[in-house]
Amino acid sequence: MKNRDYQQVEPRRARRARRKWEVLPGKNRFLCDGRIMMARQSGVLPLTLGLVLVTCGLFFIFDCPFLVQHLSSCVPAVGGVLFVFVLITLLQTSFSDPGILPRATRDEAAHTETQIDSTGNSSYRPPPRTKEVVINQQVVKLKYCFTCKMFRPPRTSHCSLCDNCVERFDHHCPWVGNCVGKRNYRFFYTFIVSLSFLTAFIFGCVTTHLALRAKDGRGLVFALQESPGSAVELVICFFSVWSILGLSGFHTYLVASNLTTNEDIKGSWSGKSGEDVTNPYSHKNICINCCSVLCAPMPPSLIDRRGLLPADESSQTGGVDMEPPALANKSETNVCTQGPKGLLGSAALSPLMNASCPQGKPQTAHPCPDNPSALTSDPSPELPQSCTAHHISKPHSNTSPPHRAKTRSHKCKRATLRIPDDTADSPASPSCSGPDHGSGAKGHRGASFTADQ
Amino acid sequence: MAETHSLQDMRQQASIAAKVFIQRDYTNGTMCQFQTKFPSELETRMDKQQFEETVRILNNLYAEAEKLGSQSFFEGCLACLTAYTVFICMETHYEKVLKKIAKYIQEQNDKIYAPRGLLLTDPIERGLRVITIFEDRSFSR
Repeated sequence: MKNRDYQQVEPRRARRARRKWEVLPGKNRFLCDGRIMMARQSGVLPLTLGLVLVTCGLFFIFDCPFLVQHLSSCVPAVGGVLFVFVLITLLQTSFSDPGILPRATRDEAAHTETQIDSTGNSSYRPPPRTKEVVINQQVVKLKYCFTCKMFRPPRTSHCSLCDNCVERFDHHCPWVGNCVGKRNYRFFYTFIVSLSFLTAFIFGCVTTHLALRAKDGRGLVFALQESPGSAVELVICFFSVWSILGLSGFHTYLVASNLTTNEDIKGSWSGKSGEDVTNPYSHKNICINCCSVLCAPMPPSLIDRRGLLPADESSQTGGVDMEPPALANKSETNVCTQGPKGLLGSAALSPLMNASCPQGKPQTAHPCPDNPSALTSDPSPELPQSCTAHHISKPHSNTSPPHRAKTRSHKCKRATLRIPDDTADSPASPSCSGPDHGSGAKGHRGASFTADQ
Repeated sequence: MAETHSLQDMRQQASIAAKVFIQRDYTNGTMCQFQTKFPSELETRMDKQQFEETVRILNNLYAEAEKLGSQSFFEGCLACLTAYTVFICMETHYEKVLKKIAKYIQEQNDKIYAPRGLLLTDPIERGLRVITIFEDRSFSR
């Protein structure tokens, strides 16, 4: 009797080793097998990209040839350098880890719980827990994050849109579709500064171009007819340059005083309450502050997105060891599972909810709603000067009613984050009005996973 | 080394491993520093001085990683001029020091902690929040 045992040499049915990004809690979107990450809602990033590309494209097509002939060949060179700078820094801001803190493991959370006096029962959420620490003779309150199950380090805030605690949280920027935090603030700053230069440069060049064409009495209309693209550029640049310059100026002030947008908006160190408070993180010297924000050693990403999960572990276990990625690069050929699909779909809703950059390109005029009820209103072209960025001003998810947490709990159990047609997030979910539900609900799943590095 | 390996396995078996957490110390701001206070659970296991020395050296290494010196300044300026594309090909100063830290922790585990039935984990595995010390309850000296 022939006994043929067909054994699988390669266990094809064995589970593919999963990467840590696949089980990372939080509302992030991962592309290219974890190499690229951004917020689940990309905000108006496609619009930002589109505006930059269209404006620069028109500039190179309509204005550069004339200006090279009549002015200098440096014009396209400078424009090109600025354009490349803007594009690269924009993509880096959007696609990098802003400084996400991995959630506490089960053991850590339990340890922290035992250290907190908790007299409440399980049917209601206890009041926010805080811990005080003295930093440079200044009392700083560390708040407990119910989602991440840990006391947030100083300057860390929980972004309800991304459902992550982000170190040195500045704001969640819809224009770049990502949080701006410790790791990508320098990219963001370089982006807005170079964008200011680019916008001002293009504006200047277009004006010069039209002026040269219109001279000798031929008139502006004639010039615009000869170069219609310049009209579009003029409009875009005219409206953008003020807001972008303003934003750059504002962030330059923040960098020089070592403040974050979050702290500035909340007035953490401005002594509003009458107390004598100073910023404990400032080095009291503009140059040192600038260096520490922009030139400090680049901190590592604390979430090891491309690390492999041990084969026998699910996401429920903490203490995952770091392993070198075993998969060859070829096997990851373009697993960019997310395309622009879904990005534009959320763009319409997200400006209403996410607008936290105080100023932006005003032709798309996204309001910065000062209160959650602005969620359902139509976008109106007002641009309030101070965006309260309320979703970042509610870092403690302590008011979420328990029943909401239960309904969301099923949704947490779904595999992470990368599903473009994720309909589980109701339009209200990421926004202003409900930072708490996300954070409350995901806590019990999210707390059990710690991503390494 | 063998002791370290068996202790690595111990991490998976929570039943015989107790965990001691050394939390971050924020009194100097957001710099990565850990508390040097000797945890009471380790009193029977090891010497207070040795523990404090380990944490002190780790703190110094992290301070070195985050130091604002001329090297980091030039690195930062170069990176800015190249639109931060150098980070793709260059290992940052922080990453270099993290490797040093990993080596130091491995050394400490082999020389001091493993012989006492303890295991230090690299805080980078916990998002630089805590140093976890696994305590092998079944270990007897």
